[in-house]
Amino acid sequence: MNKLISLFNTKQQNLCSVFFTAGFPKLNDTEIIIKSLESSGVDFIEVGLPYSDPLADGPTIQNSSSLALANGINLDIIFNQLDAIKDSIKVPLVLMGYLNQVLKYGETKFCQKCKDCGIETVIIPDLPMIEYESLYKDLFAGYNISNVFLITPQTSDERIRKIDEMSNAFIYVVASSSITGAKGGISEKQIAYFERIKNMNLKSTLIAGFGISDKSTFNTACNYVNGTIIGSAFINYLSDNGTNTITKFVGDILD
Amino acid sequence: MSYFVDKDGYYGKFGGAFIPELLYPNVKELEGNYLKILASESFKKEFKDLLDNYVGRPTPLYLAKRLSEKYGATIYLKREDLCHTGAHKVNNTIGQILVAKHLGKKRIIAETGAGQHGVATATVCALMDLECIVFMGEVDIKRQAPNVARMKMLGAKVVPATSGSKTLKDATNEAIRDWIGNPEDTYYLIGSVVGPHPYPDMVARLQSIISKEIKEQLLVQTGNENPDMIIACVGGGSNAAGAFYHYLDEESVDLIAVEAAGLGVYSGKSAATSQLGEVGVLHGSKTILMQDEYGQVIEPYSISAGLDYPGIGPLHAYLHESDRAKFMNATDQEALDAAYELTKIEGIIPALESAHALAVLPKMKFEKNQVVVINLSGRGDKDLETYITNLKDE
Repeated sequence: MNKLISLFNTKQQNLCSVFFTAGFPKLNDTEIIIKSLESSGVDFIEVGLPYSDPLADGPTIQNSSSLALANGINLDIIFNQLDAIKDSIKVPLVLMGYLNQVLKYGETKFCQKCKDCGIETVIIPDLPMIEYESLYKDLFAGYNISNVFLITPQTSDERIRKIDEMSNAFIYVVASSSITGAKGGISEKQIAYFERIKNMNLKSTLIAGFGISDKSTFNTACNYVNGTIIGSAFINYLSDNGTNTITKFVGDILD
Repeated sequence: MSYFVDKDGYYGKFGGAFIPELLYPNVKELEGNYLKILASESFKKEFKDLLDNYVGRPTPLYLAKRLSEKYGATIYLKREDLCHTGAHKVNNTIGQILVAKHLGKKRIIAETGAGQHGVATATVCALMDLECIVFMGEVDIKRQAPNVARMKMLGAKVVPATSGSKTLKDATNEAIRDWIGNPEDTYYLIGSVVGPHPYPDMVARLQSIISKEIKEQLLVQTGNENPDMIIACVGGGSNAAGAFYHYLDEESVDLIAVEAAGLGVYSGKSAATSQLGEVGVLHGSKTILMQDEYGQVIEPYSISAGLDYPGIGPLHAYLHESDRAKFMNATDQEALDAAYELTKIEGIIPALESAHALAVLPKMKFEKNQVVVINLSGRGDKDLETYITNLKDE
């Protein structure tokens, strides 16, 4: 069974996920970051595949991607890094990358590599639902890969229902109409949006991201959704502190 | 076989709208309204009035006698260089600013490379009293100081794109990000036949005035509305799309698209996307783009800032794949030589972009009565510094 779905079957509150960019700050930091996050009590981890033109990401993540690419990271290296640790970790991993990376790598080869490395969930923000349905749904299903869709404050109820139906891992609730990047604080407008989503009684697990940066925003968001993803704030932390004190970063949020 | 966009936003396998969910409402709103707006009487009337009286249309179709004599063909120049603001770009910005007004948008954002589209956008925003924000790569801001000054004088705010390679593709990324962050009041005014559907189709329709006029003017001047050949340069491809549009289904008309080969197609310093690119997704559209083995976008190079885009519009990708258009290219030097030649023998200083279209003339064999139309997409005022720097003493 999909590790993420097993997790959601046992835990439905205060799910904590952290995003990092593979190859950042150093080329071979993937292992230490994943293992430190796992031992700190993070529930699942998003592994960002650095891309030259990451449309949905803000400056923090784009800069980390540029640095990772300059470090020499590429998809083959990332898959090798993940393959090397797959038997020594339990924490579910989610790959987040852009469609062109998958296209160029070859969709089937990409799926096979995911399967080989124990990856069962992907987020491809520029893969629209309509293209997913017609071109990718069956392919992904053949490799037991779940695709995660995003919803935003502008997404209509009707479309949210459709996304809920199509989702089998979680729905990524974009907390603000914005690109990724810590904005600080959760506004009343965002709370109204969270409440609207909560009251829809969706079947999918809801994980909020974009603007979740610390204990306070984590706790506030978790009143309305099942958990959150922290991205830019963690990248900033890695920039400032390196990989030695990851436990402290997570501890400050979870304690 | 149709060369026009299908109901799903595709040209063959190219096109579509590969956008993050965050942009879905914005793009959907535009897709649901653009055809209606473009077909409305009020839009058509206002668009025509502005094109006639503000832009200065129709632009002349000029029989270049000395150029014709030199290359042994009957060569006409479509004088888009005489448009207000100096290039064909304004046809599109006039049209889209009217679309934005119909949609009730208050804030206009745009990307620009050389600054031509930025100036054309700032111009129509001044005309319509709308807030204008232009994203421009930090590198381009330094290279194109006069256009930056023009945009500011026109009241636009110029925001440097400091990510990635700090050029046109990054300015486009920044504009898209701004649109994500401001989904309700903001209209993204794209400058070429690129981006998610419906932009490539909408921009092509707005630029199609070029080939509509060519047809009317050729009929008067030669008795036949079809030439044997049309030549246009392609970066993203808006002037070519406009010059080809009404001839797409006229298979007897050869369409020649000229890309920038920079220092040579295979020199590593080139923007000849159709030669170097592969199928992929760029800025929301499936097209041909320059990328490495892992799908990372490769930064193109050309002496002409308007042609150094790593992709081509999906219509052009389809024209290339289907062989409807022949793709040629010209190096920096060939373009410079063509610009100097046109200046000397016809008294017209072309934009560096348009000079690429002229530069394929020496590579072709013509018959005397062959009618060739070259889309002279812009004038060379903005390139004078480059022309002066490269002019060898004679």
